[in-house]
Amino acid sequence: MAKIIAGLGTSHVPAIGVAMDEGKTQEPYWKSLFEGYGPVRKWLAEVKPDVVILCYNDHCAAMPPDTIPTFAIGVGDEFKPADEGWGPRPVPVVKGDPDLAWHLVESLVLDGFDLTIMHQLQVDHGLTVPMSITCGQPKEGPVKVVPIEVNVVLYPQPTGRRCYALGQAIRKAVASYDKDTKVVIFGTGGMSHQIHGERSGLINKEWDTAFLNDLTANPQRLVDLTHVDYIRDAGAEGIELIVWLIMRGALNDQVKEVCRHYHVPASNTAAGLIVLENR
Amino acid sequence: MKTIKEQLEDIPGTYVFTKERSRLGLHLNLFCTSLLKAANREEFLRDEPAYLAKFPLTEEQRRAVLERDWIGMVRLGANIYHLSKLGGTDRKTFQYMAGCMTGMTQEDYRAMMLAGGRSIEGNRSKSEQKTGA
Ligand SMILES: [Fe+2]
Repeated sequence: MAKIIAGLGTSHVPAIGVAMDEGKTQEPYWKSLFEGYGPVRKWLAEVKPDVVILCYNDHCAAMPPDTIPTFAIGVGDEFKPADEGWGPRPVPVVKGDPDLAWHLVESLVLDGFDLTIMHQLQVDHGLTVPMSITCGQPKEGPVKVVPIEVNVVLYPQPTGRRCYALGQAIRKAVASYDKDTKVVIFGTGGMSHQIHGERSGLINKEWDTAFLNDLTANPQRLVDLTHVDYIRDAGAEGIELIVWLIMRGALNDQVKEVCRHYHVPASNTAAGLIVLENR
Repeated sequence: MKTIKEQLEDIPGTYVFTKERSRLGLHLNLFCTSLLKAANREEFLRDEPAYLAKFPLTEEQRRAVLERDWIGMVRLGANIYHLSKLGGTDRKTFQYMAGCMTGMTQEDYRAMMLAGGRSIEGNRSKSEQKTGA
């Protein structure tokens, strides 16, 4: 029997990946951010999941401006790091889990979630940076990954409520997978940031803190947040946080916070991280 | 009761990527997408006007690209994530592009981020800014 044992929410700021790739993690600008990642790396190494279901958003690297799936899932054997305009990151090819991915496809579609099915998917910083944050710099992909991609770029993005419901459907789907599989689910993006327009640089620590707090004990408040709430209060690009609600929906109602980290700035962004274990 | 569109447009200094902007900027964004390939980046940098001629852009969009008028491109329908491919071609970061759009110097923008970023207070809505609330 397969089982989701925990969820992890994290920012995926591209500059964090660059800092690792260029060996700058001990520089004053980055040091305290990376120190905060120690506990989560230790936790993940101990938990040792068989698969990570990694919910993220592509940043117009895999999804062109003329084709925008609301939700997509990668069913391939592997996923190559994307060239995002400055060459692909020097990170290992991401190993997929086609068996679990196809099981999710069938279960989710029969359950009313019509995901776009992708045999090939080049994964950008939205997926590779969370892998680097949580696994460091291994030579080979340290764990199998099933990518679930969400449109957060073009309005109307899916609602937070829909993302949470998708998470609940993923929970059900994993529970009906008959191979013994230990699963951790990631939700990545955010936290507050805006990187376009004259309002660029917006950070809302109070809002982010409340989001992290309520993720554990009061997710229903987050499920009710609207597009305008996110874009106005967490910054236009902070709406990526809807992806975290897929992760939360896939967990039990009762969860325990294992660790948390929050740091401003990572480039333009408030970098947040939280680990929640099922109770 | 304001419509969602009115509420989004009431957020200052923000250009939500709506159906209008996505239609207006389609070819501009397709041009940016072409820069995902290294060979195209090289060809573009060798002769920018010739490369741009392959895309049905408006004169204004063409000018904004050539001048690297980042906020201008956003106003003409470019999305920041597409623009990051042009930024990458120039070896420029998200922080550089965002800084340019604010009208601040790069130094001031970086300092603002190190000091905790732009505050939400006074930046929630244009109406709030007008009344000085
Ligand atoms: Fe992102």
